[in-house]
Amino acid sequence: MKPNIIVFPGSNCDRDVYIAIKSVIGTSPKMIWHKETSLENTNLIILPGGFSHGDYLRSGSIASRAPIMKEVIKKAKNGTAVLGICNGFQILTECGLLPGSLMRNSKMQFICKYSYLVSTNESKWVNKKQVGKVISLPVAHHDGNYYANNKIIENLVKDNRIAYQYCSDEGVIDDKSNINGSINNIAGIINDQGNVLGMMPHPERALEKKLGGKDGINFFKSFFEKLG
Amino acid sequence: MKVQVHTTLKEGVLDPQGKAVESALENLGFNGINKIRQGKLFDIDLETNNKEEAEKLTKKICEILLANMVIEDYIVKILPDN
Repeated sequence: MKPNIIVFPGSNCDRDVYIAIKSVIGTSPKMIWHKETSLENTNLIILPGGFSHGDYLRSGSIASRAPIMKEVIKKAKNGTAVLGICNGFQILTECGLLPGSLMRNSKMQFICKYSYLVSTNESKWVNKKQVGKVISLPVAHHDGNYYANNKIIENLVKDNRIAYQYCSDEGVIDDKSNINGSINNIAGIINDQGNVLGMMPHPERALEKKLGGKDGINFFKSFFEKLG
Repeated sequence: MKVQVHTTLKEGVLDPQGKAVESALENLGFNGINKIRQGKLFDIDLETNNKEEAEKLTKKICEILLANMVIEDYIVKILPDN
């Protein structure tokens, strides 16, 4: 595993995800400044959470045009795994690696709390043991309301590309458990090749019981096992 | 040459901000407002004085950065010289 974390001005979960990866698999990721233009020898690229460029224009829009993003897009198209968390998910939709868009939360509020999530599909990112299991991860976002046109949503459902959905503590996916208005309670999706995952919740902030929960550990283990 | 770009959400895309403004006005006692959609306005000063060139460049700017073509439309307006 050779993880690279892209750091944008305004990223604020870059160190959290560094510590998460180091503590779960023992490898120190390489930190890459957004002005770099090449990525060497990596099999996992992480776009961390935060408020890149102050969320100006649209969340993630300016970061998605950073010099390093050309290389990220090229690597992603060649099959390198890319994980975007929160602002990273917004950057992935803005640069076109993932379909749809993340709009202002339906109730207009910044949401900062633990949320229940469930994955109903096995993928490169979610192993069999995790499918159907309710986990709890923190969210902290203003623009997490996933929107895409009907055709995109149909394809996401048909191809089992919805990676995580907001649900109740018992795993019920309904309007009541939909924290931000996302279509189909979408909290995370993967691309058609399966190597790019974007998600709003923060697994890197859920590694210790003292801090509210440790479901993030299994999240990282789940795909590290598969990526090798 | 001065141009203006106006970006708006595409028809059918939910606009929570527009909705919030709408209900705020309703709470303030304003009647007769059917719908509000919120957008963004950019005032741009370009080096060129050629209309065609200005329009071409501005459209490119819109599609590359100013508008998210998944959810937004844009209108380019070339402003008359002072």
